[in-house]
Amino acid sequence: MTIPTGDVLAEPLAPAPEPEPPVRGLSPRQWVRANLTSTPLNTALTVMIGLVVAWAVYRLGRWIFVTADWAIVRVNLRLFMVGRFPADELWRLWAAGYVLVSTVGLAGGALTATVRQPLAPEGDGVVGGPGDVGAVDGADASMPLGFGRRSVAVVHRFWPLVLAVVVVLSFTRTPLPALGTVGLVVVGTAAWELGARLPAGLRRWTWLTVVAGLVAGLQVTTAGEGGVGWDDWGGLHLTVAATVAGIALAFPLGLLLALGRRSSLPAMRVVSIGYIEAFRAVPLVALLFLGNFMIGFLFPTTVEPPSLLVRAVIAITLFEAAYIAEIVRGGLQAVPRGQIEAAQAVGLPPTKVMRLVVLPQALRAVIPAMVGQFISLFKDTSLLFIVGFFELLAISEAVTLQDAFRGQGLRPVALAFVGLIYWAGCSTMSRESQRLERRLGVGER
Amino acid sequence: MATRTATSPRPPLWRDVRVLRVAFQVAVLAAVVGLMAYLYDNLQANDVEFDFDFLDQQAGFRIAYTDMKPSDTVLDAILTGLRNTITVALIGNVLTLILGTLLGIARLSGNWLVRRASGAYIETLRNVPPLLVIIFVNSAALATLPPIQEANEVGGVLVLSVSEFGIVSLQDGGNGGLYAALLVVGLAAAVLLGAWRGRVEERTGVPARRWAWSGGVFLAAAVGGYVALSSPVVLSHPEVVGLSIEGGVRMGLPFVAVLVGLVLYTSSHVAEIVRGSILAVPKGQTEAAGAIGLSPGQRLRHVVLPQAFRIATPPIINQFLNLTKNTSLGVAIAFAELMGVTNTVIGNGDPAIPSIIVAMGLYLVLSLAISLVANLVHHRLRLVER
Repeated sequence: MTIPTGDVLAEPLAPAPEPEPPVRGLSPRQWVRANLTSTPLNTALTVMIGLVVAWAVYRLGRWIFVTADWAIVRVNLRLFMVGRFPADELWRLWAAGYVLVSTVGLAGGALTATVRQPLAPEGDGVVGGPGDVGAVDGADASMPLGFGRRSVAVVHRFWPLVLAVVVVLSFTRTPLPALGTVGLVVVGTAAWELGARLPAGLRRWTWLTVVAGLVAGLQVTTAGEGGVGWDDWGGLHLTVAATVAGIALAFPLGLLLALGRRSSLPAMRVVSIGYIEAFRAVPLVALLFLGNFMIGFLFPTTVEPPSLLVRAVIAITLFEAAYIAEIVRGGLQAVPRGQIEAAQAVGLPPTKVMRLVVLPQALRAVIPAMVGQFISLFKDTSLLFIVGFFELLAISEAVTLQDAFRGQGLRPVALAFVGLIYWAGCSTMSRESQRLERRLGVGER
Repeated sequence: MATRTATSPRPPLWRDVRVLRVAFQVAVLAAVVGLMAYLYDNLQANDVEFDFDFLDQQAGFRIAYTDMKPSDTVLDAILTGLRNTITVALIGNVLTLILGTLLGIARLSGNWLVRRASGAYIETLRNVPPLLVIIFVNSAALATLPPIQEANEVGGVLVLSVSEFGIVSLQDGGNGGLYAALLVVGLAAAVLLGAWRGRVEERTGVPARRWAWSGGVFLAAAVGGYVALSSPVVLSHPEVVGLSIEGGVRMGLPFVAVLVGLVLYTSSHVAEIVRGSILAVPKGQTEAAGAIGLSPGQRLRHVVLPQAFRIATPPIINQFLNLTKNTSLGVAIAFAELMGVTNTVIGNGDPAIPSIIVAMGLYLVLSLAISLVANLVHHRLRLVER
């Protein structure tokens, strides 16, 4: 730091640059002193909590590796994953999985590249920061990381998911599912890298491939002889499908409601606020019950009423839309007024102001909150259990009623396995959303 | 430009913004009303009737741990369910706030072990569905308790068994009502006195011992009244008699499972809010408090937490609302809260759609009440802000 001598008087109050605090490695003894026994109270806390934690870890470890009988999971693994999907038709799900992973990877890579670009025009690494390993992100490919280091970084970043996948695969009897999973990861990564390298003009259209992927995946799963319609889906497959369908259908409705709530037209505001507040005030369980009993009667007598699953998805969609509307409203409010005024000043009509200036900024700001809502819906799909669907939680109950496993107190085992799956999905997404939040700098302005 | 305005002083009707605004709103309202009418017509065509007469008929079932009788009306049953919902929500929210605050502070502790233990708890429970937590508590954790004949009796204070719980309570020992009135008067006097001493302290700047004054008055009322009315309230200890618990407050297993499950789940969210809010308090505040010689505990209590809680209040109240709505998950383990009772009512053959609409209306009222409180609190906090 050189201080230009001539200008010293120009800024008399400028503080001297603070020296960086010295970074030294603590010896283990110093570390223990600083972190565990700094005061007598802290020492007492350490001992107390230490004993409780040690006891809990011992009991849990003993239960997992010695006491618990995991045969119930091993025998019923397919039930947990895909419900009563016939074994001979499982290739359909794998095919759908490959299609979806490649299209979503492509769009994800493109979206990341697009979102990141305006933030780091010179690519000066300010956005990434030291904690940002970015191993699978194409834009960071220039980082000089070896394959080994990158793999470690990926595992570190996605460890809850990796743990769950390893646990699930450890219950399989053939190596095929493991190979299939590795293939999924490879294809997904390749698609991601490809998406990030697409020219900017093409990137804008990658969302179309996701739509095409969803349609193709649905076709592969349901169409033709041996196809399984969604009313017969179950297990993790149903949980994920209901989550994705719920968010995808609720998003457009939520967007409209948010725009309505921010509208200058009183009638729009009243309708939107009424909808949002009413649906946010009742529990999802009540809505699912009501949908179950009532949606069938909302259709004309000439039309075949929709199946139970469709009714449940409609109830979920209506419920989620209210929450998404509130999230998007937050994003709309965060767009500085000057942006709108500037857009109006250059003569854009109101629809273009919204579409080209406000929405891109608002939606970028709400990505982390939307991930949060996705997590919340992923957890909420467990309520489908209450209205009688064969989703993950229902299966954890059903398997304990099988002849081979009845009355042996295996409920905790099944619940622990299901809990691990939920936990892995939610915590991976929540870690990613926190990362995204840091990267987008939401809430730092 | 000028010529155009001169030749056409008013734009044509279909380009007049004022006309368009009105027309658009009328169109939206017409579409909404039309959709409603269409759906209502379909309901009529499908012979769905909105007949709420069933509410006055006999319920025909009893609800455990309440004085609801089978001869009571369906409306009584639903209101009893609502009372159970409110009970769980009230107790649950208080426990959640306490546990969540402790966990949130612990996650920022200087002690590595405390920090990590709290982090592990939060990250585990935050990322599983609340329904799974409730079912786990109900059918895995509490299911390991001993049967009622061999119940764990903890010093006459708590009785734990697999069928029901008992906890020590206060009971009227004659003159209980009078004593309660006395306590209320004592409390009011204590609050007024505290406010007065607070004003004295503000005016003179001399410590006015407001807590000693108000606490002393309340204690005097409590002890004096107790002695004067010759033990107006007595402790009622729970004990196992035959196959049930007598004395104290009895709680069914589903009640405990919903309460414990929701407190465990929601406190992990509250802990994250508390942690975020503490981190949002500028570091200079802590350092300034340290500079004037406050101990770490005093810094937290007098400087950091008051500011953090102002930031945390709206999201925490949101969590209270979530917990209240999540009591409806009790229906999965046959707890007789609002949704559970509604489910039973439907199972008994009463019309489903009107029953659920009644329940949803009650949830709406409950949520709006909490939102109202939230807005009041928010308004007050805003006034305090600079």
